[in-house]
Amino acid sequence: MVFHQDLSLHAHELALARGGRRLAQGLSFTLKGGEALLVTGPNGAGKSTLLRVLASLLAPASGRLSLDGAGVEAPGLAAHYLGHAEALKGALTARENLEFWSEMLTMGDFGLSPDEALARVAMSHAPDLPVSYLSAGQRRRVAIARLLVAPRPLWLLDEPATALDAASQTRLAALMKDHLASGGIIVAATHADLGLPARELRLGAKP
Amino acid sequence: MKALAALFARELRLANRAGGGGAMGVVFFLILVTIAPFAIGPDLNLLARIGPAILWIAALLSTLLGLDRLFLSDHEDGSLDLLEMADTPLEAVVLVKCLAHWAGTGLPLVLAAPLFGLMLALDGDALWGVTASLAVGTPALTFIGAIGAALTVSLRRGGLLMAILVLPFTVPALIFGVSAASAASGGTVPFLTPFLILCALSLASMALAPFAAAAALRSGG
Repeated sequence: MVFHQDLSLHAHELALARGGRRLAQGLSFTLKGGEALLVTGPNGAGKSTLLRVLASLLAPASGRLSLDGAGVEAPGLAAHYLGHAEALKGALTARENLEFWSEMLTMGDFGLSPDEALARVAMSHAPDLPVSYLSAGQRRRVAIARLLVAPRPLWLLDEPATALDAASQTRLAALMKDHLASGGIIVAATHADLGLPARELRLGAKP
Repeated sequence: MKALAALFARELRLANRAGGGGAMGVVFFLILVTIAPFAIGPDLNLLARIGPAILWIAALLSTLLGLDRLFLSDHEDGSLDLLEMADTPLEAVVLVKCLAHWAGTGLPLVLAAPLFGLMLALDGDALWGVTASLAVGTPALTFIGAIGAALTVSLRRGGLLMAILVLPFTVPALIFGVSAASAASGGTVPFLTPFLILCALSLASMALAPFAAAAALRSGG
């Protein structure tokens, strides 16, 4: 799977607000296919808010945002969002969860099958176990497998390495490099080093 | 279309798995219908006369019982965010979720109604009437309730607020549902008059509720 070569994400003078409080303003950046952006900053600086704005889940307080080359109106329709909540149903098995999201989030093409995706995150031993029985790190790995079952060019990752052990963090870094190599874009909010060649956008502290 | 079919299957599966609460509504319905004769007394004529009303109130409360989970669980685990980012319009997602919710909770009530009606000394015509009126009327309860569920989705303990918001708007369905059920066993009103109004209420709420609920979910951000 290779994404459109003219893929690019533009943010122009974005301002972020949450609950009526201005968190950041004047954010401008352009990311082309194959580029990653790490969003850093102290707690409450607006990292998660920026990702939710990029995912079209929140409207920016002002400014413009566009994703060219993906054939969608809003960037969110071509994005995978991995937030703090994993969007997995505890009563369903890992395979059932992934089968559902691959149907729901596909943009026409299907990526890896749920079993292949679970193998990529070293979870192939537990496809038929209800997700509620998995540990926090294992649930995280199933959630990361979701990024692989429905190809979408823009990955929005909010603290993707939370709860992952060292081996899983290495695997996540490899998956992210593969995504960049196939022409995708990654925006990740993180405190940790993700082992990725990336630009950094530092959001300021609030007094 | 395939995405919506997958959503429908997932909702039904979740309702039937442990903790999904699919059977809870029917059990609650049974309990309400069972305790009514204890409160009213063993007067069979009286029970038969107010039986359709008891069944309808019990169905209304049982429907409300499960409705607060309609969007709340998806909101809590982050699924709602991803459903908003899917290619499928959120209105269609809401419509399918409501239909699946009705199939999982409303339909069992309809199927159980003739059996439970026997406990209220309803005769054949009244049993048939109340079942038919519940079959076409309970979708209205689910869809009206979906608007309340969407409005209260980001509130902690929004279930009670949802019930308070929704119950006044279910009054028309209750009035025409009970009058259709009563008309089936005789009376001055022909059966079809309230029955068709009830059908219209269901269809209208089915057409409007997905847009209202989707707008409420989007602004909940």
